[in-house]
Amino acid sequence: MEFNFSEDQELLQQTVRDFLEGECTAEHVRQLWNTETGRSAEFWAKLAEIGVPALLVPEEAGGLGMDERDLVLVLEETGRAALAEPVISTAAVAAPLLRELAQSGKPGLAEKWLGRIAEGAAIVAVGHGQSPFVSDAHVADLLLLAHADEIHAVEPGSVDLTAEKSNDGSQRIFSVDWTPVGETRVAEGELGRELQAASFDRGALACAAQQLGVGQRLIEMAVLYASQRTQFGVAIGTFQAIKHRLANAKVKVEYSRSVVYRAANSVALHLPTRSVDVSMAKLTASEAATFAAKEALQVYGAIGYTYEEDLHIWMKRAWSLDLAFGTGAWHRERVAGAVVDSALPAESFGYSAPTA
Amino acid sequence: MDLTYTLEQQAFRKEARAWLEANVPTEPLPSFDTKEGFDAHCDWEKKLNEGGWAMVPWPVEYGGRGADLLEWLIFEEEYYRAGAPGRVNQNGIFLLGPTIMEYGTPEQRARFLPKMASSEEVWAQGWSEPNAGSDMANIQATAIREGNEYVINGQKTWASRGAYAHWLFGMFRTDPDSKRHHGLTFILAPMDAPGVTVRPIEKISGKPAFAEVFFDDARVPAENRLGEEGQGWSVAMATAGFERGLMLRSPARFQNTARKLVDLYRKTLQSGAAIDPALRGRVTQCWMAAEAYTLNTYQTVSKLLAGGKIGAEASLNKIFWSELDIEMHETALALLGERAELKPGSPAAQGVGDWLDGYIFALAGPIYAGTNEIQRNIIAERILGLPRK
Ligand SMILES: Cc1cc2nc3c(=O)[nH]c(=O)nc-3n(C[C@H](O)[C@H](O)[C@H](O)COP(=O)(O)OP(=O)(O)OC[C@H]3O[C@@H](n4cnc5c(N)ncnc54)[C@H](O)[C@@H]3O)c2cc1C
Repeated sequence: MEFNFSEDQELLQQTVRDFLEGECTAEHVRQLWNTETGRSAEFWAKLAEIGVPALLVPEEAGGLGMDERDLVLVLEETGRAALAEPVISTAAVAAPLLRELAQSGKPGLAEKWLGRIAEGAAIVAVGHGQSPFVSDAHVADLLLLAHADEIHAVEPGSVDLTAEKSNDGSQRIFSVDWTPVGETRVAEGELGRELQAASFDRGALACAAQQLGVGQRLIEMAVLYASQRTQFGVAIGTFQAIKHRLANAKVKVEYSRSVVYRAANSVALHLPTRSVDVSMAKLTASEAATFAAKEALQVYGAIGYTYEEDLHIWMKRAWSLDLAFGTGAWHRERVAGAVVDSALPAESFGYSAPTA
Repeated sequence: MDLTYTLEQQAFRKEARAWLEANVPTEPLPSFDTKEGFDAHCDWEKKLNEGGWAMVPWPVEYGGRGADLLEWLIFEEEYYRAGAPGRVNQNGIFLLGPTIMEYGTPEQRARFLPKMASSEEVWAQGWSEPNAGSDMANIQATAIREGNEYVINGQKTWASRGAYAHWLFGMFRTDPDSKRHHGLTFILAPMDAPGVTVRPIEKISGKPAFAEVFFDDARVPAENRLGEEGQGWSVAMATAGFERGLMLRSPARFQNTARKLVDLYRKTLQSGAAIDPALRGRVTQCWMAAEAYTLNTYQTVSKLLAGGKIGAEASLNKIFWSELDIEMHETALALLGERAELKPGSPAAQGVGDWLDGYIFALAGPIYAGTNEIQRNIIAERILGLPRK
């Protein structure tokens, strides 16, 4: 039993943090909000240079051969920086899905795409059954879409996209009009269901990891602001009403952290508790981040309510991530199903462990 | 990251489970807030200690097994799983014991730890005074050095289990001219010393659970001082860290309650009683929070075993477990409907009265061990770095 990250994992996190602090500034995010695609090919190339899209690509396909336990800290940093690029769909979901498709007898697709993903030369959008929308379909070189118990690998030329107007300027979501045909089908039946479920859980885990970073950043911004802004002749951060709001947010963020890390472990190892673990992670981390957003806004007062101040960039991230890859309601229902509705008692970490 | 147990850890769990299964009393003991219950709990502690299970992380020579903190967590899981009695000497074994291990002399360790492990000596905690609650630095009781003794005068209050405890640890002002947290010293005092008067106070449940302790020229030998004279504050902060942090409320306690809550929900549903639909979500939420608390603790323990430290983070724990405990019991009472009014032993209560008792006890959680307002101040100032003034 060892619930720590290795030095290498922490080093990777630090590398990504340093890179994003330098390059993915609030100003950069804002600039992208105002561009047509909202995405930067140049930035994606830089992310590829530090290995982000290659993390889950197997070594033999040109990737780094890591798993979700390495990725989770990286994703946390992307949340912290409010990074808009499609790391979730491409790096966290598509790469391992293609890897698994290869393992189940579809090596061609993986051969074609995994290397390109690792190099940063391909972006993949993913669609799943819990959402009518697909993120980043407009910049995707390939779409992996769910239909009933099937997964289809679809070329961008064969789908019609309708851009939706998303509250979060970082998010670009689309309604996708497409017709599933035999040639695009890459998995079906039991395998299709399994891969769909695993992909969905990977997406939800990735959102949860980003929320950790978003929540922590919101608190830090509010702490900084409260330390500088004076009223009644003192910094507003000396007022207990301000302190306690932010302390409450900190409790929530810290108590979702280990839940998210455990879910990363469950996903990486395909544990039987994976789905429930992921739902708990998504719920608790989202609740913490959206709570932090509300508290941070109150700490800022009116300036936080302006478009000019950067706070809303992170607030809107917290909200959109809360809805992506299963809403809170959906995940809560999934946990409730396993915990209170099932005939057997659910497994409690440690407490339910068997003896030798 | 490896979230599986080693073979040794599994074997340890097996051994603990087997012993507890064979030895845990089949009937619940009376509350340790009564004399009868206090004695019954002391007997249980004696048995636990004879089995070598009183305080597994302590070195063998003091009655422990030299277990590491992970094994301690495993033991706690088994302890709650087995439905074993509450720990009557928790102020001793969980709070003072680790402090003596850190600050005590070899003589003090040998003198106090084994009798603590066996609960031959049960400890009360003497921080609070009538004018020193949250503001603990306002302690006024004095201990003045005379030759090889300290002469103690003043009053302590709210000492849990003080009505029956044999010893008290606390902070006293050894320098009468000192102010605030200077000039305080950590002293261990026998409750039966001449000049010590104990006046039990009934708590909200009507049971004499805590006590006022009056000192009137009570003399204790100078070797009963823990740490240096005038250094009481830093010694006490270590004790408080154990209280808020890992030791006092291990996760299994809340997982156990969460599982009972789920069970209560299912039974209530089966009984056909009307259930507020929001309760299904609340039960789920409680269960998740107990898991979150557990995972967080495992991560903290891993960090400690790797040489890390916990400081102000203990305040995050304190808030989380105390509020979770209330929410779980409130949810249970909401499920019980009118039976929520029944005390344990009431004819129609049929075992559900424990939820009411538990609720009333849980309500004290945000008050004792440093109120949650104080914890929030600590988080804001020491973890987040918000300005003090
Ligand atoms: C069941 C129980 C068992 C206990 N056992 C022991 C024991 O064994 N030994 C022992 O020494 N003590 C014990 N205590 C006492 C406990 O430590 C004190 O109650 C606690 O420290 C608070 O002090 P107080 O009750 O005087 O409240 P006060 O300090 O008077 O506080 C009253 C209210 O004011 C708030 N407040 C005070 N200062 C601040 C501030 N700076 N900022 C914001 N809010 C503030 C508090 O949070 C609280 O809500 C026990 C208490 C209970 C309820």
